[in-house]
Amino acid sequence: MKPPPFTYHAPETLDEALDALARAGDDGKVLAGGQSLIPLLNMRLAAPGHLIDINRVTELDTVEVTPEGVWAGALARHARVERSDEAAAVQPLLRAALRHVAHPVVRNRGTVVGSLAHADPAAELPAVLAVLGGSVEAASSRGRRTVPAAEFFAGPLESSLRRGELAVRAFFPALPERSGAAFAEVSRRHGDYAMAGAAAVVALDDDQRVCSARVAYLSIAATPLVLDLTASLDRRPPVTCDWAAAAGYARDHIDPDGDIHATAAYRRHLAGVLTERTLRAAAQEAL
Amino acid sequence: MSTALFGEPIARREDPRLITGQGRYLDDLGGGALEAAFVRSPHAHARITDIDVGGALEIEGLVAIYTWEDLPGRVGEPLPLLIPHPALTHGRTAYPLARDVVRHVGEPVVMVVARDRYLAEDAAERIRVTYEPLPPVVGIEDAARAERLVHDDVPGNAGAHLVQEVGDAPGAIASAPHVLEFRLDIERSASMPLEGRGVYARWDADDESLRVYSSTQTSTSVRMAIAAKLGLPPVKVEVIAPDVGGGFGVKIVHPWPEEVLVPWAARLLDREIKWTEDRREHFVSAAHERAQVHFVRVGFDDEGRLLGLDVRIQHDHGAYTPYGIIVPIITSTQLLGPYKPGAYRVEFTSLYTNTVIVTPYRGAGRPQGVFCMERTMDRIADELGIDRTAVRAANFVQPGEFPYDQGLVFQDGRPLIYDSGDYPEMLRRTKELIGWDEFGDRRAEAERQGRRIGIGLACYVEGTGVGPYEGGHVEIDSGGRVHVSTGLTSQGQGHQTVFAQITASELGVPIEDVTVTTGDTRRFAYAVGTFASRAAVMSGNAIALACRKVREKALRIAGEALEADPRDLEIVDGVVRVKGDAGSSIPLRTVAVLSNPLRYAFDEETRRATQFAVGGSADTPPLTGEPGLEGEDYYSPVRSTFACGMHAAIVETDPDTAEVCILRYTVLHDCGRLINPRIVEGQIHGGVAQGVGGALYERMVYDEAGQLLNASFMDFLMPYATEVPAIETGHMETPSPLNPLGIKGAGEAGVIPVSAVIAAAIEDAEGIRVSRMPISPSELFHLRLEAESGAAELTNRARSHPAPLRRAAGEAGVRE
Amino acid sequence: MHEITMTVNGVPRTASAEARRLLSDFLRHDLGLTGTHVGCEHGVCGCCTVLLDGEPVRSCLMFAVTAAGHELTTVEGLGDAGGMSPVQRAFQECHGLQCGFCTPGFLCTVTAFLRENPRPGDDEVIEAVSGNLCRCTGYQNILKAVHRAAVLIAEEDAQ
Repeated sequence: MKPPPFTYHAPETLDEALDALARAGDDGKVLAGGQSLIPLLNMRLAAPGHLIDINRVTELDTVEVTPEGVWAGALARHARVERSDEAAAVQPLLRAALRHVAHPVVRNRGTVVGSLAHADPAAELPAVLAVLGGSVEAASSRGRRTVPAAEFFAGPLESSLRRGELAVRAFFPALPERSGAAFAEVSRRHGDYAMAGAAAVVALDDDQRVCSARVAYLSIAATPLVLDLTASLDRRPPVTCDWAAAAGYARDHIDPDGDIHATAAYRRHLAGVLTERTLRAAAQEAL
Repeated sequence: MSTALFGEPIARREDPRLITGQGRYLDDLGGGALEAAFVRSPHAHARITDIDVGGALEIEGLVAIYTWEDLPGRVGEPLPLLIPHPALTHGRTAYPLARDVVRHVGEPVVMVVARDRYLAEDAAERIRVTYEPLPPVVGIEDAARAERLVHDDVPGNAGAHLVQEVGDAPGAIASAPHVLEFRLDIERSASMPLEGRGVYARWDADDESLRVYSSTQTSTSVRMAIAAKLGLPPVKVEVIAPDVGGGFGVKIVHPWPEEVLVPWAARLLDREIKWTEDRREHFVSAAHERAQVHFVRVGFDDEGRLLGLDVRIQHDHGAYTPYGIIVPIITSTQLLGPYKPGAYRVEFTSLYTNTVIVTPYRGAGRPQGVFCMERTMDRIADELGIDRTAVRAANFVQPGEFPYDQGLVFQDGRPLIYDSGDYPEMLRRTKELIGWDEFGDRRAEAERQGRRIGIGLACYVEGTGVGPYEGGHVEIDSGGRVHVSTGLTSQGQGHQTVFAQITASELGVPIEDVTVTTGDTRRFAYAVGTFASRAAVMSGNAIALACRKVREKALRIAGEALEADPRDLEIVDGVVRVKGDAGSSIPLRTVAVLSNPLRYAFDEETRRATQFAVGGSADTPPLTGEPGLEGEDYYSPVRSTFACGMHAAIVETDPDTAEVCILRYTVLHDCGRLINPRIVEGQIHGGVAQGVGGALYERMVYDEAGQLLNASFMDFLMPYATEVPAIETGHMETPSPLNPLGIKGAGEAGVIPVSAVIAAAIEDAEGIRVSRMPISPSELFHLRLEAESGAAELTNRARSHPAPLRRAAGEAGVRE
Repeated sequence: MHEITMTVNGVPRTASAEARRLLSDFLRHDLGLTGTHVGCEHGVCGCCTVLLDGEPVRSCLMFAVTAAGHELTTVEGLGDAGGMSPVQRAFQECHGLQCGFCTPGFLCTVTAFLRENPRPGDDEVIEAVSGNLCRCTGYQNILKAVHRAAVLIAEEDAQ
């Protein structure tokens, strides 16, 4: 289990990185935290000709927190975002989800943006970005563009980044007033990819009735799946909400696959359980 | 005998080395050696039609590529069938490199040697092997149907078939007041040590000798196997097991293909070569265990006493049978546990499948056997509506009945006769430890909170310390240092500590003066190996016996020097002295000098042993017996000694997600006299953790094509700290009458009953029969659905139990 | 080939290696520090955990070239002037190891953890070591060792 050979690039500025990426074309791969990429290389399941190691591009090592939300630069490690009280205050879902990302040692090295770009449908952060309606900023030698979460995840392990593009930062919008968020997942072992997971955001109107309820699911579809469950909750105050109805709606609107850890039916069932649990918790937070 | 250190929980003597990074594991050796990698079959069953190595030749640093065609003489012959058995009528072993046909994914086909492993993998990746796929046989049912064959010349895919009988079980069952019949399944798991296998060989062309390091559980046998394969006299082959990063059974198999090929190539190329197995290789080319199906018929009376037990077993031994049929033999015999079965009939068929070979993994067939018997006990209790512990108590071998002959033949070819134990007392203490009699209240309280909990227990008897023998050598040098060696190997059991404790106690020397060497054929050439919870019993007793020889010799020589009767002497802190006369003494280091009459002096100490310095009679020869203050002895038991234990657990199952959480886990254990309680406890903890893995997490998942779907630590789920419960332990010490130290083995104990315990506790919590382990949340969820639809069976207790359990089972169905 | 220099256990070390050389292999085979072990090479077992600028990382999931210029601490460098570190001593005292193969990874992980969190609770300790596999001990004595190490460190600091 040794990685195949590749040509190594160690840019120190973003421009150098984009330049290297542009020249490598389809044969180039970006190395940030490496916690997903290097296992693939070690198993020789990937063999890029060029590896552009952005770990020296210090301008990407940023976590910016504004009232609007959290901006994570491409070198922001999971652990740094997880520990940031400022980020947690603006968007608590980040810390809640990050605690489920593998194990602490992996989070020391893995990056938030890397996890998004890897686009694993079983990963936590894509679901968080999706439910929050966040975005990813992509840069290339030709310029920059902002890709909304809904367009960013193209398929399993496939983002909509184009050839020569580097995901330079991600934006996680702040939790609005009178909103609450919750994250929950069920995994085989602590730290494993979830058999199913849910990230919920619930908003209340001026009368403390649920006016918005959105849940993003991981390990349920090929990309993070967001369901708007608002209608099924009938704009009631949280105490009288029929959460089971929302769970039922969710179960009816997903079509998960089975694998060696969980059958499709069990996944569907879990999605229902987690829908109920996260909605209830998010609503509680919103009050 | 001084018992100053025997029985003390002293800290381990190997730890300072291992804690500071100074351990020497296989891959830590041989810096600069060439490295090997293998092209392994991607098919479960296929004919090799072509091997094209052309693409690999341009890899810079490539040294050699070998296929089966390159292997001369015995090197190219099939690997040995290590443990032949009359019932193994169709034993088959693999070639070191596949010849014509591959029979499991991962079977080695081509060996590559290169400057380092990176380059060897580069070359291996470029070798094109063309296969003509053949239909694979996967799983026990597929194998038993025998519509396709793993080996053309093995009809029915059956490698072995064995029946053992005591009394007329079918007759006893037919006339029994109660009869139950059911099927029980255990799936595949594996030892999975964190260090994989590895071999490092260097050939000395001048000396025409070979030194091999192997991460093995048996260096002496690896040596004999390599010598035989390479046509070398054994004296020209040294095999050393360095620090070994865990074994748990898989490393007892030998010679692995790589253990033949690496030394062979090292000699051929006259270059040092090393092969360090990577994790992916370990999954598909080492060994697995556990997969068995059991069909049980049992007849019993109104008190739950067994009248007749008839068990049919189908064992999946994978593609080859290099280690024989030890696993199902152990299941067949150890299934009986602490019970008297009435009449007993057991029959197994050992089947070929196109999967990785099956050889003993810690427990070695016992977890399956205990699962069978303990699930049977629980079924009987449920059928009769009596307490589960009462059924067990009704069937125990009683303390006054030892030695107790079960009338069967054990894995060592010797009669299955239990030597000692006190099962009723152990059950009493187990119930006390887990709070068995108070559990009803606890359950009621939990139910009030909407929680679902259950309790289970399981008992086992484990034959430990199987023969044929082990030896020990003890030498006291003229510096007073005590060098102990034994041939068997260590994989973390703390042998350097416990054997030193035995030595210090037997000889009366400070433990600081004792060093212990294991698994090095240069130091001790005769041994069997480390498996079957045998090291402490076998080598411990052998070392004790060797110590006694050395002690006797020391006392004789000291007696001459002190002009005292040896019977009046004692050894305290490394000094021989006359009892009651502290002034009259001689240190062992001086005795060591005197034990070797010298002509030449090379230091002050030896000067005292030269011919003009030593007095004595002119009419007796200077040397009596052999020179040196050393001794060697062997321990060979007439039969195994039988340890026992009882585990109990309380689990909670999540009514919504079907997750299982172990709330409490207790172990009561009896392995005779404890040499070092701390080490025994550590063994138990580790065993239970592996048992929890086997019960709730670990399984090898093959698809129909024979591809292992979870050949990584991401998907083969060994428990982390977050998955293992706190383990509460208690000990009993019923000495074995069979060996001088009164000890029994402890290595495998922890793992044996865990699946049975957890299954019982989940069944108790859910009210649904659990007949297949491991069980995942997904499977428990489906069991609930099946129970709702009538496809899975509820326990009688659940059927008669009012609200909570039934309602919860129903909800699962409604939700879906 | 790249000339790679990093500070390992306080000593500047240089060796040349390919870009694809894993940090674990570089430490073990190019610098001869074989105390760092390799158990899975896909980042799950934790045997290869070392400290990168004080933070525990998987050395099998990092290229040596990426680590160039950084401070590395391996198990060989955990000891203090008096010999073994408190964490190391606690592992022996509590029988927190058997075969010893996973131990260096645990020691590095725990050393960093206790630096951040000198008085951890039970759950925090379990979480801290939850990314390291041990096949021998069943973890119970490892958890005990972490708590014991915290006490030893506190005692040392008090002196």
